Parts: sequence; structure tokens; C-alpha cells
Amino acid sequence: MNAKPRFHFFHEAAPPKGAEGWERMYPYYLVSQPEGRSAEDSRFWFADSMHWSRAVHPFDSIGAEAVYLGVGVNSARSIALPTALGLDVRMVNGFVYICPLPVTDPAEIGRRAAVFGERAGHYFQNWQELYAQWKTKMLASIEVMKGVSFEPFPEFEPLEVVKQGWGKSASWKTIEGYHKLIDEFFLIWQYHFEMLGLGYGAYMVFFQFCKEAFPEIEDQTIARMVAGVKGIMFRPDEELRRLAKAGVDAGLGPVLTKGGAPERVFAELDQSAAGRAWTADFEKTRDPWFNYFAEYGFLHDQETWNDNLAIPLQGVARYAERLTAGENIDRPAERLAREQDELASEYRELLNPSEAKRFDDALQLSRAVFPYIEEHNIYVEHWTHAVFWRKIRELSRMMVQIGFFKDEEDLYHLNRFELDAALADALQSWAIGVPARGVEHWQTEIAARRKIMAALRQASITPAYGIPPEKVTDPFAVMNYGVTTERVAEWLGQSASDGLSFKGIPASPGVVEGPVRVIRHENELADLQPGEILVAPITAPSWASAFSVVVGVVTDIGGMMSHAAIVCREYGMPAVVSTGFASARLKTGQRIRIDGRTGLVEVL
Amino acid sequence: MFTIRFDEEASLDVGLVGGKALGLAHMTQSGLPVAPGFTVSTRAYRQHLADSGLGPRIGDLLRTLDHNGVGALEAAEAAIRGWFEEGEFPPSLRAEIEAAYGELCSRCGGQVIAVAVRSSATAEDAEGASFAGEYDTFVGMRGADEVALHIRRCWASAFTARSMTYAWKNGVSPMQVEMAVVVQKAVRARAAGVMFTLSPLTGDRSRITIEAAYGLGLSVVGGEVTPDRYVVSKIGLGLVQKTLGDKAVEYLNGAAAREVEPERRAQFCLSDEEAVALARLGKSLERQNRRPVDIEFAIDADLDPGANVILLQCRPETYWSRRHAAATAAPIDDPAKAVLANTLRNVQP
Repeated sequence: MNAKPRFHFFHEAAPPKGAEGWERMYPYYLVSQPEGRSAEDSRFWFADSMHWSRAVHPFDSIGAEAVYLGVGVNSARSIALPTALGLDVRMVNGFVYICPLPVTDPAEIGRRAAVFGERAGHYFQNWQELYAQWKTKMLASIEVMKGVSFEPFPEFEPLEVVKQGWGKSASWKTIEGYHKLIDEFFLIWQYHFEMLGLGYGAYMVFFQFCKEAFPEIEDQTIARMVAGVKGIMFRPDEELRRLAKAGVDAGLGPVLTKGGAPERVFAELDQSAAGRAWTADFEKTRDPWFNYFAEYGFLHDQETWNDNLAIPLQGVARYAERLTAGENIDRPAERLAREQDELASEYRELLNPSEAKRFDDALQLSRAVFPYIEEHNIYVEHWTHAVFWRKIRELSRMMVQIGFFKDEEDLYHLNRFELDAALADALQSWAIGVPARGVEHWQTEIAARRKIMAALRQASITPAYGIPPEKVTDPFAVMNYGVTTERVAEWLGQSASDGLSFKGIPASPGVVEGPVRVIRHENELADLQPGEILVAPITAPSWASAFSVVVGVVTDIGGMMSHAAIVCREYGMPAVVSTGFASARLKTGQRIRIDGRTGLVEVL
Repeated sequence: MFTIRFDEEASLDVGLVGGKALGLAHMTQSGLPVAPGFTVSTRAYRQHLADSGLGPRIGDLLRTLDHNGVGALEAAEAAIRGWFEEGEFPPSLRAEIEAAYGELCSRCGGQVIAVAVRSSATAEDAEGASFAGEYDTFVGMRGADEVALHIRRCWASAFTARSMTYAWKNGVSPMQVEMAVVVQKAVRARAAGVMFTLSPLTGDRSRITIEAAYGLGLSVVGGEVTPDRYVVSKIGLGLVQKTLGDKAVEYLNGAAAREVEPERRAQFCLSDEEAVALARLGKSLERQNRRPVDIEFAIDADLDPGANVILLQCRPETYWSRRHAAATAAPIDDPAKAVLANTLRNVQP
């Protein structure tokens, strides 16, 4: 045997040509530092491309901070998971890498277990009330963010500053507002993980039981017994179906299916009373249901449906077409619920009475926690992120208006601390009555950083760094990111992978053949042709309407429990996730066969 | 009551017909596809032992036999086999077997048909012992004389060194083993094999595992070939996995093993549809038996696809079933404790 196979260490990762000096763009603690090298080298880091599928702009790195603060606080400090601390995080060549931190010392595990018992017990006993309270907290945070506004600094303070004796600048709200946005962003990411570790833990009880009682059961089958069929994660897509139906019923089918730019569609709708009523209905639906990212909402250049109405209109058009063709487009929620119960009861029937009791108990517990697992993304990644990025865009527009930045994209080339400094500079210079001192400094730096970002975005992602464990056991890594022992072996090129076939995680059963359509960005979804197999770095559940066109889905990343997997299973579409490289290896037009039960992808 | 047809009521008495015939009778009487046949009952066996004086002779020989002496066991086996082969049936028994065979031939179209002659053992006090594959089976027998001789050879197989050792190990004397014999129309097997309504490897109850090769099932049961292997999900009946086996030889009716041509070896011997059809039969047999079963089957070359699966045998599976029956699992009273225990189990060796 040779030395243990490993990935590159961070310090061996050369920057892509033209991206030299990328490190200075991010807060220092997100970047590998010489003094931490030996600890970093000894560990296993994998790319969190589920959340950040492209190289991350300096400002957008706030997500990496917030997410892993949230995990850490809840896992390590609040609930005190006995066997895991948080996940460490680094930026490398613009991508986000994470490292699970297991607790292995038995004494420490014992100490943490004692703390965990009481705290977890409280959550499980009061799950429904705490979840209701959680939703309230989330909605309150969203309201706070919505209340923030950014306006250019006026020449003179408004009169009430004087008449009401404020004694401070009305424009100070820019500083406050920015801080509020950042604070709320960090808050909601702590809420995000408040019940998630426990939820996964509870699900794992059922998962583990099934694995022992049925050693060969597929992960996806276990998930199917638990997954919700009626949660709010299906609402955006259901709203599209509802709108399509209402439109076709009102005789608007021809307008809606014609396609074209949103302005043109709405102009035509405006010609009739029925069309105007439909548009009003559409407008009413937008908040909150179209506050929905086509991807995961971690990058400032990702769009919600509201940002790009062509996306929901295209979904409506697809459903309207099917309706016009006489198809039934209702989501068969009742049937799905029944099938789910039948599936569970068929497995239960194979057990002895003592096993059946635990099966029932564990299934009930899993189903109780699952709504949180499935719905929390809607509140956080979709609703909150939609407001957050909208407000940051407002701020960016203001900074351009006051002449600090030249272009609205400039802002994202500063990290959150640099932006705080720039705001201070802008406000103080304005108050004093001098040009902002950093304008030129930042213009030079932003120009350099634009080149770096362009180079980083050209490079393809490296799946992992460091020394992998013999076996990947971390439940987060496995369940959420699809990083399994087998995947790691494939990444290391240890298993037979001739380029003609490779494996991912089977996520939704079925075998299908068809031509590939590689989709890197939601804007390209319109290119999908009927009968194609969608190949993408990730898919978001918001792509559901596109799923009515394609016959199969292959992704680079994602686990059994990723929303994409859940939605694919629901739509009865074969899917293979976590292939690592599918979107880089496959080319649009190539014919492939995918097997959603074995995870095999073959080039034909 | 020396011969009993599968579709007769008496065929459900395990003491009379043995485990294998009981399974065939159950399947026949539930309308499942089974090749027609009859059973020479344990009463016929006892009658023969009494009338021929073989019972006391064997008893005497076994009484002084060293259970652990390999040479002695083999000598006893040879002696007893000789006694059975030479000792013709009493006339009444011979007449009844001839009549039953004649009736089977006329049921199958009139000509003298080839049959399989198969042991169907049972023993009281041997709960849990499967006796799987301990006793002999002969295929391709034709005519009353050949059939009669091989019925006696099946009886003799209760006293092979191997089967006696197995009986003693399970706390049963070979003399207590009741040997019925199944006489069944030979299947013209294109392919054949064994199906378990669980995974024999992991004990997974939600899986159906099929192993099959070309020709008769002997090659699979006897471990002479690496069979094709199919795994079907019991729930939903999806084909989960199939693995090509080498299937180097095949047995066709009565003949010696012959080599399979490379082209056929490179192909699966069952179609996906046949594997799923088999699994569907397996699932309903498990329901009927209220426990996992072990099934021998053949794909008949003469019958049409969709109706070409013939079940040859169905026995309760014993190894995993006993473990599953005994398995205990804790109910969940306190979710936090359950989560904690589950988490800790993952980290402790």
C-alpha cells in the first residue's frame, strides 16, 4: 500500500491564473493562515457547493459566516450534540469548504450527553409550540429587514431633525440599517439551525432502525415513508398550477402559452377584463410565494421568481399548455399521502410485533419533526434571503447615486467589514463636506477584484481538500451533502471511472435514457426540450415546473434529503445526485442512461 | 393411502406427505403453477420397512454404529442402499404406485412421461431443521420400473452418511425420519433455480433473491455453477439488481451435465419480466405461509412467456426467520433518549 490517499492541502492549491491574491478579499478568518496549517492539513474539507455553486464574491461570503455560526451555536453550544461540534469553514479559490468536527473523547461525549438530555428533551416535548414560535420569530425578522431603507444623503437634514430636536443625522439610519440587516441575517441563520440538528437526529432514529431491520433498503425509500406531501415547500409550484388553471378557465390559455417577455404578456393581458383580473391574482400571489430563489439564494446574483417574472410565467405557460392538451395537472397530494402510508404499512407488515412498535414510534417521531426539516428553507433561504438581497441592492443603488461606487455590482467586491468602513467613510465625508476619501482607493481595488472574480468563476470546483477519513460517518455530510465514503473514493479516482460511466447517489428510482441538457443557471431553463435529461450542479425545488418537461435529473451534489431529491421522487422522475462532476463531464446533446435505483450514469 | 395426489385433501397432512409435498400441495391447491404429480406417502415407507424386514435390520445396524466414524458411516450407507435397491415392493404397494403413475401419464396426454422422483422428508421434534438438500432427487425417470427403483433410492437417502449426521445433529434418529417421495412430471426446464423471499446474505425481509442457471435446478442447488443473481424489492416488485453468473454447465432431463456455449453464458438466463413474475409468486407464497419461504422453480421451455414459471418446491425459510422472530426492539418513550442512544451507537465500536 502507498501512503494513505488524500486530496491536496490548502497550501498546495494554486490559484487559477489571474486570481492571485484572492485571499485578501475575504475576512481573514475565512482564509487559511500559515499558523493554522498543520491543523487544517490533518482534516478533511469538502466543498459546500450545495449552497455556493459558484465562486463567491467578497460580500457574499457573509453567508458562509452566518451558516456556520448557526450550525456551531446550536450543535456545539446550545443543544450540545454529544458527538459533534460545529462545522469549520474556509474559503479556497473563492469556493466554500467545510469540515465536520466530531467529538471522539468518551469523557467529553459523556459530559455533553448529560447536557444534551435535558435540552433535547425540552425541544421534543414542546416541538409543535416551539416550531410555531420559530415561525413567529422568522416572520418578525423578515419584517425588521423589510423596514430598512437606504436613501442618498441630502444636502441639508430634513427639518424635523431641527424642529423635533433630534440632534443627530437622519442619514444615520443608513449605518443603523446596514447593521440591522447584518444582525438579522446572523440571527435568522441561528434560527435556521435551532431545531435542525434535533430534527435530523430524530429522523436518524427511524433511518437507523430501517437500516437494521432491512439492511438493503434504499435511503430514498426510508425518506419516502417520512417526507411530507403537503408542506409549504410545494406551494410556489402549486401556485403556478393554480394560476395556469385559473387562466385557462378564463380563456387566457392562448395568451399565457404564447410566451415572450413578461412586459409583452402583461400588456396583452391588460387588454381584457379577464386578463386584468388574472394579473391582479398573479400580483397577489407574488408575496410571499414568488420570493423564491431558482437556486439557493446565497449569491447576490441569484434571482427570485419576483426578480425575474419570466421564470414563473414560463412555469405557468408549461402548465397551461398541458391543461390545453387535456392533461390533469393537479398535484395528487391525496394519492401521494395514501401511497406513502401503504409503503410504510407494507414494510411494517414484515416486522415482528416488538419491531413493529418501534417502527411506529420512530416513524411518528420522524413525521412530527419533518415539517421543520422540509419547510425551514422556505423561511430562511427563500423568504429572508429575498428581502436581504433586495435591501442590499437598494444600498448598492444608493452608493452609486452618491457617487461612491460607479456600478451597482461594485458593492459585492467588498466584504461586509470593508463595506461597513466604506459606509462610514461615505457618511463621515458627506457630513464633513469633503468627497468620500475611499472612492479612488476602492475603484482601483474593485477593478483588480473584478479580474480575480472572473478568473475564479472560470475555474471548476475542487471537490475536497485534506485527508479523508476511512469512513464518512458524519450525518450532516452524508444526509445533506451526499458526501459518502464511496463518493470520496470516486473523487480520489480510486474506483473504476472511465468517463463513460460514473456513479452518484440514487435519489429517485427508475431508469431512463435521453439526451443531456447541461443547465448552469436558472436562466437557461427555458432551453430544456421535452425528453431531455437535466444535468446541473444543483437543482432547486423551484425548478419543479421544468420537471414536467425533462425525463430525468442528474446533479453534481446534494444528498438523499436535499429538496431536489424529495421533489424528484414526488414527480416520479429518476434522479441521481452527488455525482461530483456530471455537469463538467457531460455535454449537452450527449445521450445517457441513468438508473435512479443504483445511481449509475452511463454515456451511450 | 399409499399414494396421494397434490390436489387431494390428504396431501395437506405433513406427517403423511412430508415437507416438500406439503408445499407442493399448498401451491397446487391455491392455483399456483406446479407441475402435476403425486406423493408416495410415509405410510408406504413404513409399510415397506415392515413387510421387507428392513426396519429391524437397519435398526440393528445403527444401534452399534459409531456416529463419528467416517468409514463406518459410509459402509453403513452402502449396505443400506443395497438392501433398498434389492427389496422389491410388496405387490399391493407396487400396484398402487403403478396406477398412480399411469394416471399421471394419462393426465399429461397419454404417453409414458418422464418424471422427477424427489424425497419429501419430515420428522417430528425437528422443528427448525430444514433438511434442505439432505435427501436425494432424481430427474428424467421413465416407466414404472425406473420410478419404483428411484422411490426406493429416495428412501435409502435417509441413511446416507451425510443425512444421518445431519439428523443426529438436530436431535433426531435417522429411523425417526419419515420419508415420503414426490413423483412429479419432469419440467422441460430452459432455466431453473432457487428463490428466497428475503436476502440470504443480510436477512433483509424486504428483498426477494433469485439465483438461476440454464437447464434444471440441480446445478444451482448443488452449487455446480455460479448462477445469475437477481434481487427484487418485495415492496413494489422493482428489480433492484442483477448480476451475471458464469453458468458453465446445464442439466437437461436425465442426461449428464454438459457445457453451456459462451454466447449463452454471457446472457442472463431469465428476462427481467420473468424475474419479477417469479418474485410476485414468491411474495404471495410468503403471505400464504405467513413467513419467508425458500422456493425452487423452473422456466418451462414449452410454455408461453407469462405462463412459463413452474414452482417445484416451497419450504419455510428457517435460518433468518428464527432470528427475526426472536428480534426485540425498544419502544420509544423518550425521544431525547432515543436520539442520544442512536447517536452514541454510531460512535462506539
